[in-house]
This record gives sequence, structure tokens and C-alpha cells, in this order.
Amino acid sequence: MIAIQDLKRISDYEWEIPQTFRQDMRVPVRIFATRRLLEKVMDDKSLEQAVNAATLPGLVGRVVVMPDMHQGYGFPIGGVAATRYPEGVISPGAIGYDINCGVRLLATSIEYEEAKTLLGDLATALDHYCPSGVGEKGALRMSEKELDQVCREGARWTLKQGYATEMDLLRTEEGGCLEGADPSKVSPHAKERGRPQLGTLGAGNHFIEVDVVEQIFDAEAARVMGLEEGALALQIHCGSRGFGHQICTDYVREFQSAVKRYGIQLPDRELVCAPLNSPEGQNYLAAMRSAANYAFANRQMLAHNARIAFEQVFAGKVRDWRLRQVYDIAHNMGKIETHIIDGQEVKVCVHRKGATRAFGPGSPELPDEYRRIGQPVLVPGSMGTASWVLVGTESSMQRAFGSSCHGAGRVMSRQQAKKQVRGEALRQELEADGIRVRAGSMAGLAEEAPQAYKDVDAVVETVAGAEIARKVARLRPVAVVKG
Amino acid sequence: METYLSGYREVAHTADWELEVWAPTLAELLRQAARGMYALSGIQIADRPRLQRQVDLEASDAEGLLVAFLSELLYIGETEGLAFDQIEIEINHLTLHAELSGAPITKTDKEIKAVTYHNLSVHAENNLLRANIVFDV
Repeated sequence: MIAIQDLKRISDYEWEIPQTFRQDMRVPVRIFATRRLLEKVMDDKSLEQAVNAATLPGLVGRVVVMPDMHQGYGFPIGGVAATRYPEGVISPGAIGYDINCGVRLLATSIEYEEAKTLLGDLATALDHYCPSGVGEKGALRMSEKELDQVCREGARWTLKQGYATEMDLLRTEEGGCLEGADPSKVSPHAKERGRPQLGTLGAGNHFIEVDVVEQIFDAEAARVMGLEEGALALQIHCGSRGFGHQICTDYVREFQSAVKRYGIQLPDRELVCAPLNSPEGQNYLAAMRSAANYAFANRQMLAHNARIAFEQVFAGKVRDWRLRQVYDIAHNMGKIETHIIDGQEVKVCVHRKGATRAFGPGSPELPDEYRRIGQPVLVPGSMGTASWVLVGTESSMQRAFGSSCHGAGRVMSRQQAKKQVRGEALRQELEADGIRVRAGSMAGLAEEAPQAYKDVDAVVETVAGAEIARKVARLRPVAVVKG
Repeated sequence: METYLSGYREVAHTADWELEVWAPTLAELLRQAARGMYALSGIQIADRPRLQRQVDLEASDAEGLLVAFLSELLYIGETEGLAFDQIEIEINHLTLHAELSGAPITKTDKEIKAVTYHNLSVHAENNLLRANIVFDV
């Protein structure tokens, strides 16, 4: 058990668990949190899991934990760990089952005031055009060959099919396609699960949300992103569906024997890993990239369908109903990146699980217009509460492998939420607050109740205070679609 | 759902779901885990048609067998839309053969993404086998 006294306070927003805390740690753990946020996680196993993560072979620098951290399975949610490439390891559990779970934000010029009476119709149309729910299948019936193309090409495949614009891809992490994906490293089970699900939202904490841009903090960055105060915006939160879940399941199972072969000792079997330069590590990397590309294509398909819904509701009623891409970003991903560590450029595999890439200004990976302001960081709040748009900073590059928080972070168990909250009552409460809700499952809705999450504003104040991201805009929800 | 000798119960977990299962044998432990997993998801099945499936698996230890079996049920649930209320399992030297009888799923409350190995240990306690399984949801 870890106590606050075991932590070294670096500043009001930063703490450290030194490497000496436990003998098997290879690097220290650096936590971005206020004392108040830290106290909230002392009862769960987030920090113990961060210490376990610090035992992975080949780690460099430090394991970083974001203020929206909470207990996961193996690796904490909100964790970032970088391993030296190519001799360090890659760990599927440190990326997560929902590979490239992420968020897309689209901006509009539709004024909230002129759209207010149409928001119910919009929620219904989004619910109709964007299939959601457990095991839901999409309208597209892909052949295995087409699925392989999606694996290799990601969102580029959707561009060829007419579901995307050049601007959509330009404003997507990695242009919507990770190089090095190889569908031959993906199991038939995964392919069977993935083929019918492209263009579906899924269930759990995934959602499509219509927001109004409530407050702008950085006028220039907001202008570059196309965010207008008082206008509607749309967020899509989902990942690689059963395709990614099965790929992670397959490789966590396979790596149980790989760790024995490579003589790797770990405190938790969910952290199993293999050297990046081993056949097992290479195979997982190629399969993981296939799932990441599937997820980029998935969010693109949902954006395409959301555009149809917007057109149906707003055409002829407002001047301009277009949805323009702001950015699309992953928060469960493993990426090969170069970072400065101890003054040296080092090529690493950055594992981000429930953490968002947040590259600062000047990063060559960003499109031209964002290279000046830094990469947009999308931080969805819990249902019914605010969401934030931030930008990455130079400081994040130096202290957090160019990463930031990904959301509010759970604070209450699903069991407790189910006991305390009735789905239907919550729906009525949200509707009374002017938030239209379309949900497939009332039990699922109850588990995602706002009180089950931390205060997203406190999380954002922390990353802003720590200067690993900068505030651009705050969004307020007005309609939510959930599976 | 629990009896003195075998059963399952939900344990609080901040983000995911945790199930505690216990049974006198490994085969019964897997059967209880399957029942518990279906109950957590709120799965309901139709009266008919009744459909049968067989599952054959191997693993290097009891935990591996448990994860593989439950993962296979998730796979069948998602690809065929089937769940099973009659589960017969034989295990010989970590080789599993299961005879499953069930029907099409009519309702699912919540989606389970995966069965994890997090702190998973099948261990004996007072002549019963026990395990805590964490699901990613």
C-alpha cells in the first residue's frame, strides 16, 4: 500500500514515487496531480499499478501518471511509459484492449441559439445514423480483403470510399494511418469480430456528444481550430471495437509464454510484454497498428454519418451546417517516437493508456496550422459535464513524453454507481438541464453517471497548472448519444 | 448467485468489473465464471431455438484456461449472438472440452470488452478453488 508520505512533492501539481520505493522499479513514477486529486486515488490501486508499470524492462526516464488516473488492470488508466527502441519491451496490457480508443472533435458555425429547438431531432438523427450498443453491427459489410485494406490504410481507406475529406485526414493523429500495420498478424477471430463493426460506436463509456463552445481561453488557437464561441461542436469517443479487443486478448495470451522465453519477471501477469525487436514484439506491433488504423477508419465513418444527420436536421434551416474536423486523437496507443531524455535524442515506444499525445509547438508530426499553436488535446468530461480543448506544450515534451490527460477519470465503481443512480432518473435530470439523451441501456447510463467521475475542471486545472497543456476552450454538452 | 460449494459475486472495482468465483473443481470454477460473466452483462436468451456448440482449448495453466474459455464465450456471443445456460466442462491435464447448450441473445445490458489476467490466481482455500477475475468494460 502506498501512502502520501511515500511521495516526494515536486510542486503543487507534481509528485514523485522514487525508484527506491520498491526494489524492482527500474525508473521513478512522476504523478501530475494536486494534493486533493491525489487523496481521491489513495483508496484505489492506481499508484500501486504505476509502481508495477515501472518494472517493465527497457523503460527510460520515468513512468508518468496523469491527474485523471484511476485503477485499471495491470497498468493504471492515465499512465504513460516509454521503453527504449528496439531492445525495450512492448506490453499490450499497457496500451489496453480498446486499441486506439480516442476522441474526434468537429466544429460548426451553427449558433446554439438558432439550433436550440432542433437539438432533440439532432440527437434522434445521430442515434439513427450512428449505430450504437453492445455488439452492434454497421451498415457496411466488408469482405476480408477490404478489412485488410482498412488495417493497412486506416482513414485513408475511407477517403478512397468517399467517407472523408483531405482536411479530415490532415487533422487526424498520424494522418489517420500508422505505417507498419500487417493484417496477417491478426487472428481470424479478430477479423470475424471486426468485419461487421466498422462505423459503430459500441457501448460502455463511448458516446457521440453535441456541445456548445461555452468559453474561449485562447482566441488565436481557437480561431486556427475553427472553434467559435456560442457555436455547436461534435465529439465522437470510441475505438477499435471487437477487432481491437480480440487482438489484445490474443497477444496478452501469447505473451504469457513469451515472458518465460525472455526471462522477464513481472509483478502482474496483465503486464506481460516482449522485446520490441523479438518476433513476438514485432507481430504485436503490426497487429496493434492494424487495430489503430481500424479505429481511425471507424471514427471517420461515424463522422461521415454524423454529417448526414446534421444535414438532415439543419439543411435549409441554418446558413452553414457543415462539420469541420478539428482533430482526432488516440488515448490508448503504442507509438514509436523520438524524445529528448537526459539531453540525448532517444527513440522509444511510448505506451499511453488513458493518456493523450500532446505534442508542443514546432513538432514536425503536426499539420502546418497546428505546428504554430501546438497539438489539439481533446478532454471529454463525464456525461452532462464540461469537456475541454487544450493544446500541447514544450514542457509536456520535456516532462511527460509529449502527453496529457484524456478525460475526467472514474472515482466510483460501476457497482456503486448502479446502486446510487437509476438510469431513467438520470436521463430525466439531464433532460431537465437541457441535455438531450439517447441511450440504448439505462443500466449502462447509470454506470456512466457524472458523480462516478472526478471533476474534469480540476483535472484540466492541474495539467494547465503543471504546464503540460494549455487551455483553449471549454465545451458544454447539449445532446448525448450512448450505446 | 452462490451456494456453499460454488458460486460467484461481483466485487467493487473503480473502472472495470471484478468477479469472485469459487468451486470444488476447476471445471466447476469455469462454469461458475461463465454464469457470473453472463449475469454481469445482463444477458438474456430466447426460449428457442436451442443451439449447441463445442469448445476445445488448451492452456499452460489454470488461469490461462479460465481466460481462454471466457474469451471464447465473448467471441461466440459477439459473432453468433449466442449465450449458453447449460455448460458441461471436462478438463484433462489443462486440455478443456466443453459442451454448450443455449439460445440467441435477446438482451444485453452492458458490453464486456475482454477478460484480463490482472492479479488472476486460481488458488485453493478451505478445499475450494477460488479466483478473482477482472473484466475490461
